[in-house]
Amino acid sequence: MTLTDESPPMVNQAPSVPATQTVTLTVNGTAVELQLAPWTSLLDALREYMQLTGTKKGCDHGQCGACTVLVNGKRINSCLTLAIMQEGNSITTIEGLAQPEGLLPIQQAFIDHDAFQCGYCTPGQICSAVGLMNEGHAKTTDDIRELMSGNICRCGAYTNIVDAIQAVMHPQPDKL
Amino acid sequence: MINFDYTRADGVTSAVRDRASELTAKFIAGGTNLIDLMKENVERPTRLIDINRLPLATITETEGGGLRLGALMTNADTAYDKQVSKRYPLLSQAILAGASAQLRNMATDGGNLMQRTRCYYFYDVATPCNKREPGSGCSAINGFNRIHAILGTEAGTPDRSIHCIATHPSDMCVALAALEAVVRVTGPDGDRTIPFAEFHRLPGNTPHIDNTLKDDELITAIDLPANGFSKNYAYLKLRDRTSYAFALVSVAAALEMEDGRITDARIALGG
Repeated sequence: MTLTDESPPMVNQAPSVPATQTVTLTVNGTAVELQLAPWTSLLDALREYMQLTGTKKGCDHGQCGACTVLVNGKRINSCLTLAIMQEGNSITTIEGLAQPEGLLPIQQAFIDHDAFQCGYCTPGQICSAVGLMNEGHAKTTDDIRELMSGNICRCGAYTNIVDAIQAVMHPQPDKL
Repeated sequence: MINFDYTRADGVTSAVRDRASELTAKFIAGGTNLIDLMKENVERPTRLIDINRLPLATITETEGGGLRLGALMTNADTAYDKQVSKRYPLLSQAILAGASAQLRNMATDGGNLMQRTRCYYFYDVATPCNKREPGSGCSAINGFNRIHAILGTEAGTPDRSIHCIATHPSDMCVALAALEAVVRVTGPDGDRTIPFAEFHRLPGNTPHIDNTLKDDELITAIDLPANGFSKNYAYLKLRDRTSYAFALVSVAAALEMEDGRITDARIALGG
């Protein structure tokens, strides 16, 4: 190839890396100051910078629900939001649910109903179940199934997950 | 994900000004689609302008007797809003047919309009896609296109596109089309309104342009006309699983009846 004087060959220059920014996150009632690049997802901030590895990374695309956490009481996919966008919000992860006096009823119900096999999706399932109950739109078993559809369980523990949630929402499910 | 800068907008005017001065920047609200596309290197903004602090998360009455949905209302809060679910049940039903509870808690109404297609090839930067890279070709026309468009693609029809058969994936937008909603936007030159049917465009020869919003404009609200067709309506969505899947075909239908006769009918198709 002959070089001409028409235009110099393009050189791909790596973009400069923006400096990290101070991000204050309130997680499980405690405010923590972190130095994060702007593209750090909330999920990565929790797992890699706060060692809160209970929140799982499944698909990292909002399709599996393993990364579900509660923000101001409502469930979201922590993989699809940036940590820096969550400043000022109250974030609750699976580590923040149990109280000093013991597990939440929904956590105990997951154990009692054998609502998991491998357990990888369980933190997301439980956070999602807490969000479902906080949000208050599930009245029937079908509602539970529909409103839990953002949490995938490849072991197929779905029926037991529904039973666990139902047991907490309606202590006598046979009367539904 | 490529490197980008992040700023937080403190007002609609300054947000629009920031975007106008850096057209490779993007607004971010819920982020459910944009962040995913950035992970796939489909969207490569130089800056994200976070608009979540803007005062646009309200539902108010309009002078015409309708409702104004602020652009930052979440899909969930909109669908479950007492006024919306009572007066515009078609809209609530359509919103709740889409995505998952987690995503609806994050995604905003303005963002729902701005989400991109879920065409597999659009997401896969290793394949040609005229929507992602104009002129590179369309992998879907002769590829896996079960989720793609039927209408607007047939040979011999005036609107046929030979460049792209991607659909807009929204459920909410199908209901908004049937309800004849109006999109309110703000740009550097002020405010304007866009009738819903004119907001999204067919691919034609420029499939990379999804809609008629200008690069430096921001959606501030969606106006619902007074008539919500709350008595006779249906949103039908057909998909490969019962929940949490995009539509293969969807229909929003609404009728106004008087003395057993149809006096007004709306049908919008999606998927």
